[in-house]
Amino acid sequence: MSRTPLDTVEHATATPDVELPWAELGLKKDEYERIVEILGRRPTGAELAMYSVMWSEHCSYKSSKVHLRQFGEKAPESDALLVGIGENAGVVDVGHGYAVTFKVESHNHPSYVEPYQGAATGVGGIVRDIIAMGARPVAVVDPLRFGAADHPDTKRVLPGVVAGIGGYGNCLGLPNIGGEVVFDSCYQGNPLVNAGAIGVMRHEDIHLAKASGAGNKVILYGARTGGDGIGGASILASETFDDAKPSKRPAVQVGDPFQEKLLIECTLEAFQEKLVVGIQDLGAAGLSCATSELASNGSGGMRVTLDDVPLRDSTLSPEEILMSESQERMCAVVEPEKVDRFLEICEKWDVIATVIGEVTDGDRLEIYWHGGKIVDVDPRTVAHDGPVYERPYARPSWQDELQADDANKLPRPETSEELKDQVLKLVASPNQASKSWITSQYDHFVQGNTVLAQPEDSGMIRVDEESGLGVAIATDGNGRYAKLDPYTGAQLALAEAYRNVATTGAKPLAVSDCLNFGSPEDPAVMWQFAEAVRGLADACRQLGTPVTGGNVSLYNQTGETAIHPTPVVAVLGVIDDVARRTPVAFQEEGQLLYLLGDTREEFGGSAWSQVIHDHLGGLPPQVDLERERLLAEILISASRDGMIDSAHDLSDGGLIQAVVESALLGGKGARLVVPDGLDAFTFLLSESAGRAVVAVPRSEEVRFNDMCGARGLPATRIGVVDGDSVEVQGEFQLSLEELRKAHEETIPALLA
Amino acid sequence: MARVVVDVMLKPEILDPQGQAVQRALPRLGFEGVSDVRQGKRFELEVDGPVDDAALARIHELAESFLANTVIEDFTVKVEEEKAEAGK
Repeated sequence: MSRTPLDTVEHATATPDVELPWAELGLKKDEYERIVEILGRRPTGAELAMYSVMWSEHCSYKSSKVHLRQFGEKAPESDALLVGIGENAGVVDVGHGYAVTFKVESHNHPSYVEPYQGAATGVGGIVRDIIAMGARPVAVVDPLRFGAADHPDTKRVLPGVVAGIGGYGNCLGLPNIGGEVVFDSCYQGNPLVNAGAIGVMRHEDIHLAKASGAGNKVILYGARTGGDGIGGASILASETFDDAKPSKRPAVQVGDPFQEKLLIECTLEAFQEKLVVGIQDLGAAGLSCATSELASNGSGGMRVTLDDVPLRDSTLSPEEILMSESQERMCAVVEPEKVDRFLEICEKWDVIATVIGEVTDGDRLEIYWHGGKIVDVDPRTVAHDGPVYERPYARPSWQDELQADDANKLPRPETSEELKDQVLKLVASPNQASKSWITSQYDHFVQGNTVLAQPEDSGMIRVDEESGLGVAIATDGNGRYAKLDPYTGAQLALAEAYRNVATTGAKPLAVSDCLNFGSPEDPAVMWQFAEAVRGLADACRQLGTPVTGGNVSLYNQTGETAIHPTPVVAVLGVIDDVARRTPVAFQEEGQLLYLLGDTREEFGGSAWSQVIHDHLGGLPPQVDLERERLLAEILISASRDGMIDSAHDLSDGGLIQAVVESALLGGKGARLVVPDGLDAFTFLLSESAGRAVVAVPRSEEVRFNDMCGARGLPATRIGVVDGDSVEVQGEFQLSLEELRKAHEETIPALLA
Repeated sequence: MARVVVDVMLKPEILDPQGQAVQRALPRLGFEGVSDVRQGKRFELEVDGPVDDAALARIHELAESFLANTVIEDFTVKVEEEKAEAGK
């Protein structure tokens, strides 16, 4: 068995004409030429591996960067923001010396290939982002989107994804407190598996991803490195070695939640003893990403000996080690005199830890293998100076036609009987039906701090035992609205998440987003992306909630057909005392139901148009952000001062959907009266934004009305909590039993 | 009646947390000298009628579509001789 010589820097300089498989690694010709120009020679195989993976769309945001800048440029002034975009996750001040970090990411493609492991490692990855900021993870949320509920492939993908999230999160001991499940045939070949996590720390515990101080040691700790997630690197490997290698490297990464749990405890203990100068988790692009980002964010260079990386598979080539996406690994920068203590802590937690290099006073990232220097680069060129594309974008020609196909003109129910049938059909439709079959597979209450979890409007966690200080998080997105108008659709996603947080009594503070779109090479998709980002950035500025970080997932498409543009927005809020929270469920008979906000005839993109007419056209509901802010203030004040006992935001499915959910959760019915100036159909099913329905105890009615009147928020009395049915006077009556059957049996029947 | 055995193993490069847990436990229990453990699954199928090529093809199909997750696992199918002794 003979080996070609190791492709060192020296070797690369001596053999300038060797062709490297840059195209197979996903690089474009001009990108490769740029690498040659930066280095002043051809790259070595290892350098090419690093550049190709760090300059990929996923790591470099090369198509989205020019638009994402708006999140910084338009960011509102916020006293709460401690760490903004660019770090592993944003950090927000929630008072009493506590800070909260949170982020949403996508793991779409891996979850389609191998649903269980894809979704599980999605949870693992986002949790490590949280640890890397110095925080203890306290909860996860999972916004999920699948193809049609009755499609056979959905039955393959969904149970695997749900089991993977449950399996990993439950083993890790993290409560799953929120998220969404949406079905739409546009996600058939591209399910969206987004994962979010929240962590809590004290202000002084914030850690950043940077390697400073020459002589400091770089420690890799956690799982051994194996062949996980290596795509293109095997091409390089096959050129470096003759044979004796497994022929094909799988792209599937397998997670080990028990290893991750050890990693959490071990890292937090090292933080507590102040042993860590800088830290980075290993996710996409593995060591390539961790070393180049740590080095480029710090003050000096870095020297790494790749032979010291603990391997699971001794046949791995240096290129593969650099690109491996093996899970449950972290990289810390530690002062020399603290290394022993750091390793001791790792040993105690049964975590493998190895010094693989050190910070140098130069400005190069140098990597050695078998004594030869195989990487010698300026780390900034790898991590930050990737290509930036101003991709062409254009409003698609079909957009006008789509918007002209007005959903308000669809045939409406003509009789009360027909209206009743449509309502029943709506609450039983997969998107509106109860998701408890799915969410009950997740542990909601482990750790004992969960105050609210699905199906509440937002998940809520107690942060401080003494004061009752807590945080709430809601994630929302509506691809149908965004397809009709991406600018408005993105704002509606933010408005809904903002409203959901306020509905539970928490004050919205900051935003994280996961932007799921099709191929950026399609100008129509790029237009959708540009519009959505512009809309979201504008709305964040107006609502005073800065974007703290997030993730972009492109190329979600099958052939020429892209998914609906799907910006998913997470809003984090704070509540002074979680005992003051407002639940969705009706609490007491006799309480008065008030509809807050204005109801217009708005059916474009609505659940009604989808379920009854299988229609998507027209315009999404209007957005009025000042109204959203006012509504939120009223909901928060009312919750704090005990003026409302339950509240539910109105979104897809409209008022009737909200009332049915509150009734079923509380086991108490409602009698509704159609207010003057509205027809029953619009009252029940319109999806106008900026609305909520609240239950007001009779003793608080005057005070509540006075507050709404003084602040100028329309509040219409629409009925009373009463009985064991939902009755719309003069129209129809549906017993809770009948509604429960319709609402709760759909999902198990399709998927169990 | 014949017995067909399907062995399912994680592909060599796939992380095997269970195997690792076993491997780590061995030295603690005093069993030295085992450097790696991979854990798999064994299915024993009792087949009616002769195990001819058609039957094996069917078993191959059921193993591929149901017993093994071929994205991350390999499997082998073998016919167990009737006269095979129990134990050693």
